[in-house]
Amino acid sequence: MLESYVRTRLKEKDILLMTHTVVGYPSLDENWAMLECMAEAGIDLVELQLPFSEPIADGPAFIEANQSALEHNIRWDDYFEFFLKASSAFDFPLLFMGYYNSVFTMGEDNFCKRLKTAGGSGYIIADLPMEASYELDKMGKLNNLDHIQIITPVNSDERMQLIANHASGFLYCVARKGVTGKQTSFDDTISEYIQRCRKATDLPLALGFGIKTAEQVASLKGLADIAIIGTACLEVWERQGREEYKKFLIDLAA
Amino acid sequence: MKNHIFNQLFEFETGREGFFGEFGGAYIPEILHETIAELCEAFEMVRKDNSFWEEYIDLMSSYSCRPTPITFCENLTEYCGGANIFLKREDLNHTGAHKANNVMGQGLLVKRMGKKRVIAETGAGQHGVATATMAARLGLDCTIYMGAEDVARQRPNVFWMEQLGASVVAVEDGTATLKDAINAAMRDWADSMENTHYALGTVCGPHPFPLMVTWFQSIIGTEAHQQMQDKIGQLPDQVIACVGGGSNASGIFSGFLDEQNVELIGVEAGGEGTNSGLHATRIASGQGHIGVAQGYKTYFLQDNEGQMKDTHSVSAGLDYIGVGPILAYLHSEGRVRFESATDKEVIEAFKIMVKNEGVIPALESTHAIVHALKEAKLMGKDKNILVNLSGRGDKDIFTIADALKDKKWNAFLKSKVEGFS
Repeated sequence: MLESYVRTRLKEKDILLMTHTVVGYPSLDENWAMLECMAEAGIDLVELQLPFSEPIADGPAFIEANQSALEHNIRWDDYFEFFLKASSAFDFPLLFMGYYNSVFTMGEDNFCKRLKTAGGSGYIIADLPMEASYELDKMGKLNNLDHIQIITPVNSDERMQLIANHASGFLYCVARKGVTGKQTSFDDTISEYIQRCRKATDLPLALGFGIKTAEQVASLKGLADIAIIGTACLEVWERQGREEYKKFLIDLAA
Repeated sequence: MKNHIFNQLFEFETGREGFFGEFGGAYIPEILHETIAELCEAFEMVRKDNSFWEEYIDLMSSYSCRPTPITFCENLTEYCGGANIFLKREDLNHTGAHKANNVMGQGLLVKRMGKKRVIAETGAGQHGVATATMAARLGLDCTIYMGAEDVARQRPNVFWMEQLGASVVAVEDGTATLKDAINAAMRDWADSMENTHYALGTVCGPHPFPLMVTWFQSIIGTEAHQQMQDKIGQLPDQVIACVGGGSNASGIFSGFLDEQNVELIGVEAGGEGTNSGLHATRIASGQGHIGVAQGYKTYFLQDNEGQMKDTHSVSAGLDYIGVGPILAYLHSEGRVRFESATDKEVIEAFKIMVKNEGVIPALESTHAIVHALKEAKLMGKDKNILVNLSGRGDKDIFTIADALKDKKWNAFLKSKVEGFS
């Protein structure tokens, strides 16, 4: 399971990295090239996002990516086929990332089975609150899948505790308000926030939303266990291409 | 007036807050959890505070035109030769539609919550104009999200929103219509909730919006119930309303839920026909499937993998993928029947309405009229139909003139354009 994987990796590294790609954007071939770069850079965990037409938690870059992937007609079969190929070829654990309507429409049971068969380790669902995920998580457990729950700086201590009690694998700590991709200021409030999260749980903590540079990742060492970099990677890929993308990942991992 | 079923909507089993049968809920990113919780609490507080409702009624009678009258359509009734047709005149509200009821209510709530800014989505622009009006009146900052396609077809409303001091953001994402404007407003709110209230314009979205908007709009049904009694000494046999998200329908139906002899009919946008792929009938066509998007569970027009479909209607206000969860629930309980009206039928009924009654209905509301004309012809002269005339049609002058192929209007537009070139 993810928790023990993360703990084992943390014996060798100060901080782990989780990166992200929207399957089908810019294309499946480019997604594959991204994964190869991630593997070469020693990335520890990867989110594969299933595109959805109404991505309310995403910012402009990922809205565009979701839409474009759908225009390329990426369907469930394409997604899981890609997922299986990736899980067979690479060592890092892969997580489903997406929106609840996909899971609901697929059927929760079917979703868990398909994800397990494709070699998935867990799932992150941007618009599924903890109290609506009990049934899904029961099936997730049966399939050895962790539901990576999300907590935020605006959560009360009680709410944080409630979510943490239902979490497994690690916790996804959103660094700030808003949607994906916007700048985050890395100041004392982040460390206070992480400390609040630690009080709520013994699980490893992943911090994400707005991490853009190797310096920011470095500043999180000793605070968070995992740094999540999504939009920034995509922007480098789009603007600078494969070689710079790989270099960017290697710098992050340094 | 009995209110048993309406009041039951506000009662939830533990762990099922915001659900009406299997519909509704609050499927939101965690970042919005505390804000939504705060809103639930504020709503619960004002709902139990009689002085709030009194303040609301007072505002609506002095700033809008409440109670709106009921008009008997003598000529239209004669034209159909069957049931008597009555209109609940929501078009006489300030800003020209029932949207004012919801917006002014939420405005008063915002004042109590102490927030300084409101945001809203808008389709036809009616809710946007109403929200901008409320913000101007109550001294709040205001940003309106509107699909770029709607901005293009409803420029006059954009003009008024801006004059009223609102910033209007044209949303280019997705299909650039109402659903995308809702997504954009949600994203703004996820960042700004500390000082900002999202004044959602219809009975959709996460709990408590469907319930809260229904509560404010129930003023329509409460009035109409009493007015029909006063006017004809009995209740109507049918109450008919158009349904986009469903706020005007929820509002008028609320007054009649307990009256099992009153049939409630919602009319969806049939666009170019329910087999054309160009429509917005979720329930009437049986083409909507239960799903979760924009924060709630209901019937959505979506493909078999849950991706939302493009919708179409001659009326921007009905051009939407989902339907209010309370209406979906009332439909599943057999309490509300759903029908549809095509664009073509709407334009025909519009002409009949204007010529016979001297009332210019919004294209949205005309959907309800289309169905009322059909039903009236089948019913006896002793029967009565009440139509919710949710808005006035002045805003639709461009669309209607276009549909009627009015040459003089085209010539006028051309001469105006030449004047600017």
